[in-house]
Amino acid sequence: MGAQRGGRPLFKNLDFTLRAGQVIWLRGRNGRGKTSLLRLLAGLSTPARGVVQCDGKPLDQCPPDWRRWLLYVAHANALKDDLTVLEALRFLGALQGRTPSVSEIQQALDTLGVGHMHQALVRTLSQGQRRRCALARLALPQAAAIWLLDEPFDALDREGVTALHGLLQEHARYGGSTLLTSHQDVTFRDPMPDTVDLDDFAISA
Amino acid sequence: MRALFLAVLLRDLRLAARRRVDALLPLVFFMVAVSLFPLGVGPETQTLRHIAPGVVWVCALLATMLSVQHLYAGDQADGSLEQLLLAPQSAVAVAAAKCVAHWLVSGWPLILAAPVVGLWFDLSPPALGALVLGLLLGTPVLSLLGGLGAALTLGLRSGGMLLILIVLPLAMPVLIFGAGAVSAVESGQSAAGHYSLLAALLIATAVGAPWATSAALRISTE
Repeated sequence: MGAQRGGRPLFKNLDFTLRAGQVIWLRGRNGRGKTSLLRLLAGLSTPARGVVQCDGKPLDQCPPDWRRWLLYVAHANALKDDLTVLEALRFLGALQGRTPSVSEIQQALDTLGVGHMHQALVRTLSQGQRRRCALARLALPQAAAIWLLDEPFDALDREGVTALHGLLQEHARYGGSTLLTSHQDVTFRDPMPDTVDLDDFAISA
Repeated sequence: MRALFLAVLLRDLRLAARRRVDALLPLVFFMVAVSLFPLGVGPETQTLRHIAPGVVWVCALLATMLSVQHLYAGDQADGSLEQLLLAPQSAVAVAAAKCVAHWLVSGWPLILAAPVVGLWFDLSPPALGALVLGLLLGTPVLSLLGGLGAALTLGLRSGGMLLILIVLPLAMPVLIFGAGAVSAVESGQSAAGHYSLLAALLIATAVGAPWATSAALRISTE
C-alpha cells in the first residue's frame, strides 16, 4: 500500500497484517504518515496505491456494518465541551450501535481512574482527564475487536499509562487486535508488541 | 439508521440547549435585520406591505446562512466528525439529523417570530398566515441546502463566504415562491400554486440533500 497527503507521497510498499490477539506499535518520525495510515485503515480515506483488507476482503466489499468491529480513538478526543462525560461516552457508544448503560460507563471510567468525573462537563477537565475519559471507551463491555489508537499515551500520567497498558493486554488476551502509534515507549511485554516502522517505507524526497 | 439519526438529533438539541446564546443569535439577527427596514423606508404602510414578503424571506435566508456555517466545523475541530463517519450506519442519517436539529433550533423560532414581524409591516391576517405557512415549508429547505453547503466548504479558509455563494443561488426558488405566496394572498389571489412548489422543493431537497451532504462530508474529511 502507498499513501500520500496533499499530493505529497508518504510511504510505499507497506504490507502488513494485524492478527487477532496482536498488538502492533506503529513507529516513524513526524510527518511519516502514522495518522494517515490509521485513517486509511479506518476507511476514512483511501490509499493512493494498494488496498486495505478486513477479514480477507477489501474494505469497500465488506458488509456495511464492518465498522462495528472497529474502535478508532484519534488524536482529538471527540468529546463535546458542553456535554457531561457520561453523555459524551453514551453518545459515542450509540454511534457504534452499542449504547452503554450508566453503570457500564461508570465502571469504564473507574478503570481509567476518572470515575468521579462522570457528571462533570468536558470543558472543565484537564487534557489528561479528557484523554482518560476518551480512552474509557476501550474499557466498555463489548468494545470492538479492532482498536486503532492514535497516540493514546499523550497527556497521560504514569497511572494513566499503567491503566491503558492493562487494557491493551486484556484486549489482546481475549483475541482483540490493536494498532497504535506512540512516541513513548510501549513497555509491556505480554504480549510483546510487534513493530512497524514507517521510516522503512518512506519515500525519499 | 433510526437509532443513529435520533442519537445525533438529541445530542445536537442538547448542545443547543446548553449554548442558548449561540442558538438565539439567528433569531435575534432576523428580528433586528427585519426591523431596520421600516426604520429605513419610512412608516408608509402601503410601501411596507409591498416589501414585507421579500424583506422577511431575505432576512430568514441570511439568518439561516449565518447559523449553518458552523454546522460541521465544531464536530470537525474536536474529532466528533470522524466518529460520526465511522458509525456502522450510513452517514446520510447523520446529515439528515444535523439538518433537522438545525431547523428546530434556527428555523422554527423564525416561524414563531414571523407573525410579530409581519405586524410591523402591517400585513393582514391572511397574509400573515401565508407567511407562516411559506416559512414552514421553506425554512427546512434552507437548512438542508445550508447543510450541503457547509459540508462542501468544510475546512476551507474562506468557507463562510463560499457557502453563501453556493447556497444563495440554490435558495432563490424558495425565496421566489415563499415571498410570492404572501404577495398573492395580499392581492386576493390563491397561493396554492406557491405552496405546492415549495412542498415539491422540500421533498426534492429532503430526498437528495442528505445523500449529497454525506458524500461531501466524506470528501471533505479525506
